[in-house]
Amino acid sequence: MPTTVTTTGVTVSALWEDLVTSALLGTDRRPLRADDGAAVGPAALLDAAAVHTVRRRAALRPATGAALPVPAPADPRPALPAPARRRLAQLLADRSAPPTGGRRGSAPDLTELIPQWLVSAGAHGYRAPAELLPALLDAARARTDLRPHVLAFAGPRGLWLAGLNPEWKFALRASSRGARRPDTADPEAVRRLWEEGLFAERVALLGAVRERDAGAARSLLATTWSTERAEDRLMFLDSLRSGLSGADETFLEEALADRSRNVRSTAAELLSALPGSALARRMAARATSCVNPDRTGGAVSVAVEAPHECDAGMQRDGVVPVPPSGRGERSWWLGQLVEAAPLGVWREKFGGRTAQELVSLPVADGWADELHAAWCRAAVRQRDPEWARALLGAPSTPLANGPGTASLAERSQLLATLPAPERALWAAGFIAAHGLSEAFQLLGVCSVPWDGPLGRSVVDALDIARDAGSYPWSFSGVMGLAERCLNPAEADRLAVLTTTPDEPEGASPGAGGYWSEAFQRLVSTLRLRAAMDAELVQDGTERPRTEGGSPAN
Amino acid sequence: MVQSLGGAAWRPTGPVESSQAVERLLDLAPDVESRESGRAFASERAWSGSGCGQGVVWGVRESGDGPPHRTAVDTNDASYTCGCAGGETPCEHALGLLLLHASDAPVPGRTKEPPAWVAQWLADRRARAAPGGPAARAAARRAGRRAERVTGGAQELDQRLIDLLRGGIAAADQPGFGLWEETAARMVDAQAPGLASRVRELGSVPASGPGWPGRLLEECALLRLLDSAWVGLDRLPGPLAATVRSRVGLTTSAEGPAVRDHWLVLAQYDTPDGRIVTRRTWLYGRDSGRSTLLLSYGAPGRAPAPPLPVGTVMDAEVTPYPGGGGLRGELGTRFGDPLATTAPPPGGSTADAVAAYGRALRDDPWLDAWPVTLREVIPAPSGDGWQLIGATDGYALPVAPAALSRPGLWKLVALSGGHPLTVFGECGHRGFDPLTAWCAGASDADVPSRAVALA
Repeated sequence: MPTTVTTTGVTVSALWEDLVTSALLGTDRRPLRADDGAAVGPAALLDAAAVHTVRRRAALRPATGAALPVPAPADPRPALPAPARRRLAQLLADRSAPPTGGRRGSAPDLTELIPQWLVSAGAHGYRAPAELLPALLDAARARTDLRPHVLAFAGPRGLWLAGLNPEWKFALRASSRGARRPDTADPEAVRRLWEEGLFAERVALLGAVRERDAGAARSLLATTWSTERAEDRLMFLDSLRSGLSGADETFLEEALADRSRNVRSTAAELLSALPGSALARRMAARATSCVNPDRTGGAVSVAVEAPHECDAGMQRDGVVPVPPSGRGERSWWLGQLVEAAPLGVWREKFGGRTAQELVSLPVADGWADELHAAWCRAAVRQRDPEWARALLGAPSTPLANGPGTASLAERSQLLATLPAPERALWAAGFIAAHGLSEAFQLLGVCSVPWDGPLGRSVVDALDIARDAGSYPWSFSGVMGLAERCLNPAEADRLAVLTTTPDEPEGASPGAGGYWSEAFQRLVSTLRLRAAMDAELVQDGTERPRTEGGSPAN
Repeated sequence: MVQSLGGAAWRPTGPVESSQAVERLLDLAPDVESRESGRAFASERAWSGSGCGQGVVWGVRESGDGPPHRTAVDTNDASYTCGCAGGETPCEHALGLLLLHASDAPVPGRTKEPPAWVAQWLADRRARAAPGGPAARAAARRAGRRAERVTGGAQELDQRLIDLLRGGIAAADQPGFGLWEETAARMVDAQAPGLASRVRELGSVPASGPGWPGRLLEECALLRLLDSAWVGLDRLPGPLAATVRSRVGLTTSAEGPAVRDHWLVLAQYDTPDGRIVTRRTWLYGRDSGRSTLLLSYGAPGRAPAPPLPVGTVMDAEVTPYPGGGGLRGELGTRFGDPLATTAPPPGGSTADAVAAYGRALRDDPWLDAWPVTLREVIPAPSGDGWQLIGATDGYALPVAPAALSRPGLWKLVALSGGHPLTVFGECGHRGFDPLTAWCAGASDADVPSRAVALA
C-alpha cells in the first residue's frame, strides 16, 4: 500500500482497488479518504494512481511459466539452399498480395508456380524453412489443391505447428501424416488408438497398418465393423482401395449386405475392380447374357438385349435400380452390368478378338453408344491400357467418329490409364489434328514437364492460332498450362515467337502485340522455372557470410 | 537561424538530415489534416522546378495566370519560405516538398545548385540569423509563445481529467462519450501533439476488454503526471526535463557526442500514422552495448528511410537525442557497407528484461516498453495468449496483446518448434512484443543461426 503525498500536500495510502473503485464511480459519489480521514479530490486520486502505476511497472517480475509444449519431432531432411528459400518466401508473399487485376501482361504469374515449386522441393527431399511454415499453411488453407504438397513439405514441424492453431486444423484432418501415428508394429498401441482415437486418427492408423500388412488392417477393421457409424464405415472401406487384392474379397462380399446403400455400392465397385472376384464373375455372367455375337449376316456384329428387370441379386451386387431422369431403365441397368464386368470376358465371348477388334465390331439396334460408354467406364475402373487404347482410337480421328466416346472428360480418363510417354504422344497427335480448342482436358492428364513432341505440337498450334489472327486469350487456358508444363529447355526455341508479327489480313486488331506479350510471358515463366530448378539443386547447406566476407546487399 | 533548434552550421543534406527535418515539420504541423494536405505536394508532378542542394529543398508551382509560387525549405532546421505566405505554421507546400525530399525517390532533373531566388533567401536568412540578430530574437519569441500555448493546453487537459474523475470514468464506456476526440483536437490546437496522441490512445482503452477501468486510470494518471511535469518543468533535472519536452511533443534534435560503433540491425518495422508511415529501426552497438531507436517518416506510398536489413552490422555513427533515457538516436556517417552476421546480440533472462524496463522507467516514467534480448526462451501457449518461458529457470513473460494477432508470432513458434531460441523485442507493462528471432536449436544444429524478422 504505497503512501503518496499529493500535490495538495495530503497523504494518501490506499489500495489500487480502492483507487479504481473511486475513479470508476467518481470522487463525488465515492470519495477517496486521505490518511487523516478527509475526502480527497480527483487530482489527488490521479497523483496517487500515478505513483501506483509507475511503482507497479517498475517492479514487474516474470511469472512462473505454463507447461512447455512438447517439442516438434526432428526433421532429418536437409535445409533448403538459401536462394531457394528466398524464392519460396517471394512466391508466398506474392500469393498473399492483392491481385493487380486486368490483363496479365508479360510478367510470370508466380502464384501458379507454387505447386510445381513444392513438388520439385519435395522431390529433392528438402525440409521446409521453419519461418515459412505459417505462410505455407495459410496457402494450403486457402487452396485445397496445395494441401498434399504443402503437408509433405512442411513435415513433422508443420504438423506440430498446425496442432497449435485452430486455423490450420485442416492439416491434421487432411493428411494421414497429420494424425497421431503409433508404431504400427506394436499391436497393443494400434489396438488402443483404434479403439480410443479420433476419427481422423483412426483413418490414418488404418491406412498406415494397411500399408504394412493389408491383412492386419482388415482384421483390425473387422473387430469393430458392426458398431461403426455408416459414414465411418464408408471411409474405412475406402481405405481398402489402396493395395486392393483378392484377399479382400470375402470382407467386401459381406459388405455387399451392409445396411448403408453407399457402403454397398462402394463394396461392389471395389469387387468389380477385382477381375477374379465372385462379384465380377456374377456381373460377367449377367453382362454376357445381354451382349452376344450375332452371326446372322455373315460378318460378326454385336447383338444387345438389355436386362428386363433389376432383380434383388443385381441390387445386392451394387446395381442401382432407379435411373436418373431422362434415361431408360433397361439401358441404365445394362450400362452398370457391362461397366462392372471384367473386360476379359468379351475376348472369350467373341472368339478371341482383341479389344481393338471388339471395339470396331458393328453394334445392332443403336446400342453402340451405350455399350462403348460402359466399356470406357470399365477400362478406366479396371485400368486396362489395351482397352483404353482401343476405345481412344487414333488421335487424328474426328471426335464424333471415335470408337469409344465423344466426351472429352471420358477420353481424358481413358488417356490417363495409358503409360506417360504414350499419353503425351496421343495428346500431341490430337492437337496436331484438331488444334487446341478441345485439348485442355487432355493436356491436364499428361505428365509434367511435357515431352518433346507434345510440347512442340502445343507451341506449333499456338503459333498457328497466332497466324490465324485470333486473340491469345481465346487460348489462355492452354497458355497457362504451357507456362507450367512446357519443358523449361524450350524457352530459347520459343524466344523467336516473342516478336510482334505483321498483322495478317482479317486479323483481330492489335492481336499481334498481345500474342507477343503472351509469348514473352511464356518464355519468361519458363526461364523462371529453370532458375527455380537450378536454385533447388544447389548445395543444401547454407554458408553464412560472415563479417569481412561479401556484402549482404 | 530562423526557427533553428539545433543551431548547427550548414551540413550536407542527406536522408538523415532530411528525415530529422521532416519529423520536426510534422511535429510543427498543427494537426493530422494539414499533414494530410501536405501529401498532395509530396509528388514530383506538383512542382515544375524542384531540386535540392546545400541543405535546401526548393520547388516552383505554376499558378495559372499569375506569377509562379516559389517554395524553399531549409532541411537543417525546417524553416521555410513560400509564395503562399502563411503564418507561423508550416504550409502544406513546404511540408509536401520535405516529404518528397525525405522519401528519397529518384527524381529526374534534380539540380544541386540552388537557383538565384533560393540563394537570395539563404543569404537573407544568414544575415538575420546572426546571434542576437532579429531571427534569433524572433525564434526565441516564437518558442516562448509556443511554450505558453502548450502550458495552456496542459492545464486545460488537467482540468478535463479532474472533471472526468469527479464524475467517474464509468462514463467513458457509455455510448456517445465524446471527450477524447475533442480533447485531442484541443491539444493539437495547443501545439502539444504528444499530449494529443496520448489522449487519443485513452479513447481506445474502454474497448480493450476486461480490466479496462484500471488501465484507463493508469493512463489518465500518467497523463496528469505529464501535465504536472510540464507545468513544473523548471524544477526538473535536465534529462527528465528533456524527456518531458519530447513526451509533450516539442521538437528536439540529436545532440552529440556521436557514438561510432558496429551497429547490429535488430529490427525494422513500419507503422501507419494517418497516411504517413513511421519506420522504426532498432540498433544494437556491439562495442558500446547500447540499444538505440531510429525513427523516420515517409510520404504515402513511399518508403521512409532506405531499409537496413535485419541481421546486418554496419560501422556507423549514431547521435543520441536528449531525454527518454537516451534511447532515441540519429544515424550519421556510415563507414562501408553493412555486413551479414549470424551472431545474435547478448541477451538475458526474462527477469533481466523486466528489470531493465523498470530501470528505464526512472528516466522516463511514461515509457511503455524497453528493447531487450531474451536468451533461451521457448514460446508456449497460455490460456488465450502466449508466453515466452525461460528454458533454464522456467520464468515467463506474456506476449504483448498487440503481437498476438500478427503473423510474426507464428513464425516465432515455428522457428522454435518447442526448443529454446533467442528473441529480441520490446518489453514493457503490456508484455513482450517479439520483433526478431535467432534460432540455433537442437533441431537446426546443422544450420548456423540466422536473424528472422517477426514484425
